[in-house]
Amino acid sequence: MFRWDIVGQYLFSGLFISAAWTTLWIAVISQVCGVIIGLFLALMRTSRYRWLSLPARFYIWIFRGSPLLVQLLLLYFGFPEVFPGLVPYITIYSAALIAFSFNEGAYMAEIVRAGITSVDPGQMEAAKSLGMRYALAMRRIILPQAARVIVPPLGNEFNNMLKTTSLASVIGLFELTYTAQVYGSQSFSYFELLVVATFYYLILTTLWGYIQSYIEKRMDPNRLTATELKAQKSWTQRMMGFGSRGDRLAGTRR
Amino acid sequence: MINMEKQRTNGIEMLRAEKIVKHFGNLTVLDGIDLSVQRGQVVVIIGPSGSGKTTLLRCINHLEKIDSGRIYIEGEMIGYREVNSKLVEDREATIARIRSQIGFVFQRFNLFPHMTALENVIEAPIHVLHQPKAEVKERAVALLEKVGLADKADAYPHKLSGGQQQRVAIARALAMNPKLMLFDEATSALDPELVGEVLKVMDQLAKEGMTMIVVTHEMGFAREVADEVIFMDHAVIVEEGTPEQIFDNPQHERTRAFLSMIL
Repeated sequence: MFRWDIVGQYLFSGLFISAAWTTLWIAVISQVCGVIIGLFLALMRTSRYRWLSLPARFYIWIFRGSPLLVQLLLLYFGFPEVFPGLVPYITIYSAALIAFSFNEGAYMAEIVRAGITSVDPGQMEAAKSLGMRYALAMRRIILPQAARVIVPPLGNEFNNMLKTTSLASVIGLFELTYTAQVYGSQSFSYFELLVVATFYYLILTTLWGYIQSYIEKRMDPNRLTATELKAQKSWTQRMMGFGSRGDRLAGTRR
Repeated sequence: MINMEKQRTNGIEMLRAEKIVKHFGNLTVLDGIDLSVQRGQVVVIIGPSGSGKTTLLRCINHLEKIDSGRIYIEGEMIGYREVNSKLVEDREATIARIRSQIGFVFQRFNLFPHMTALENVIEAPIHVLHQPKAEVKERAVALLEKVGLADKADAYPHKLSGGQQQRVAIARALAMNPKLMLFDEATSALDPELVGEVLKVMDQLAKEGMTMIVVTHEMGFAREVADEVIFMDHAVIVEEGTPEQIFDNPQHERTRAFLSMIL
């Protein structure tokens, strides 16, 4: 028997609001760290020096090739066992943040690399011919152009990250999923509280969907005018596959 | 020899290349090229595609490594230093410093698409030479005016025609106050009606005394502007001389064959 009153009771409770907050900040910090790690890995990976590219390839191979859940368990339960000195440093929070950041770094590395290689090689040559060194050319010329290619998949990565944080429930971190599990089992209302958790995940990913499409429009390379912007897909179209399509609107107006 | 006279009167040697050899895999693209360019001289390199012209130009500012030989800019070797009579590639900072004195104009413009015309021009003087922004901006506006694009300063490259983009690219190179300008088929990617506006800028530069090495298929430009014309074929310099010597009285069969095909 599904009880809506329990859903209602927990929906805007301080318990779930603070759990949602935990989910959000774990996701944001992990994503930011993941992007930074990914950026350095991508630069190493695209280097012509093997002593830089090989470690990066190895890192990416390890982290993309094994389950995040296993990495998390290894870090939280495995490492302190083998290296007792780590015990004071490995808390549920640090373990979750480290595992998510490092794992995300490997995926971001491939995304950033794809962005860098998408930039016309002539751009690097032009920068060099003006006397720029590699690091300056990367920062001022290549990465700003690569960003256009990087940002859309980066947005999807963060959408994933918001949901991936639920894995931290296995080490007892009170984010949305673990909160629903613990309080659900206490009151025998598993289903209801998981529905509440799902509601919060949807709120977070939907809000992010808005922000993502705003960012993508803002950094469009062609600096589209307002009328051209209207011709792009609406956010409902992007997020859920239905809703108004700007080009159809533009068509009727004509 | 008219050329020898001119070289002696000019005095200062801007570029000296000695026995440049460059391979791409099994293919020899430059097979012992010797070249000397005096300050203020305009040297035009012509020749069929695949003859090594572009590669030679790219070697001069070390966008390509060379397999052997020496290249000097005002007496300073570029790209390498000699250690126990062996060539070792220079530090990045050294190469960048020498490159900053050589302007390079690409066939495909290679403007920075995320920056306006003005931002393209001021980028390197500010971030490479660390010159004050206001001063650089002033100079950049003057340069854009010089290439006839004062009104396009705030336009992004994709809003400009090919000819306009190439003129911005020339202004961008000039903003570094280069000692030497290299033009790599600067008009080859342009629609025919846009070639003239770029050649005009190059012609004006030559008249102002800029030292230039120009790879081009524009024989009219070569004849009018060049102090010296070099004909390259199959990785070697076949013939060099004044425009009159090369175009009116070519000595080599290959030069004659090439010119009869192109003129």
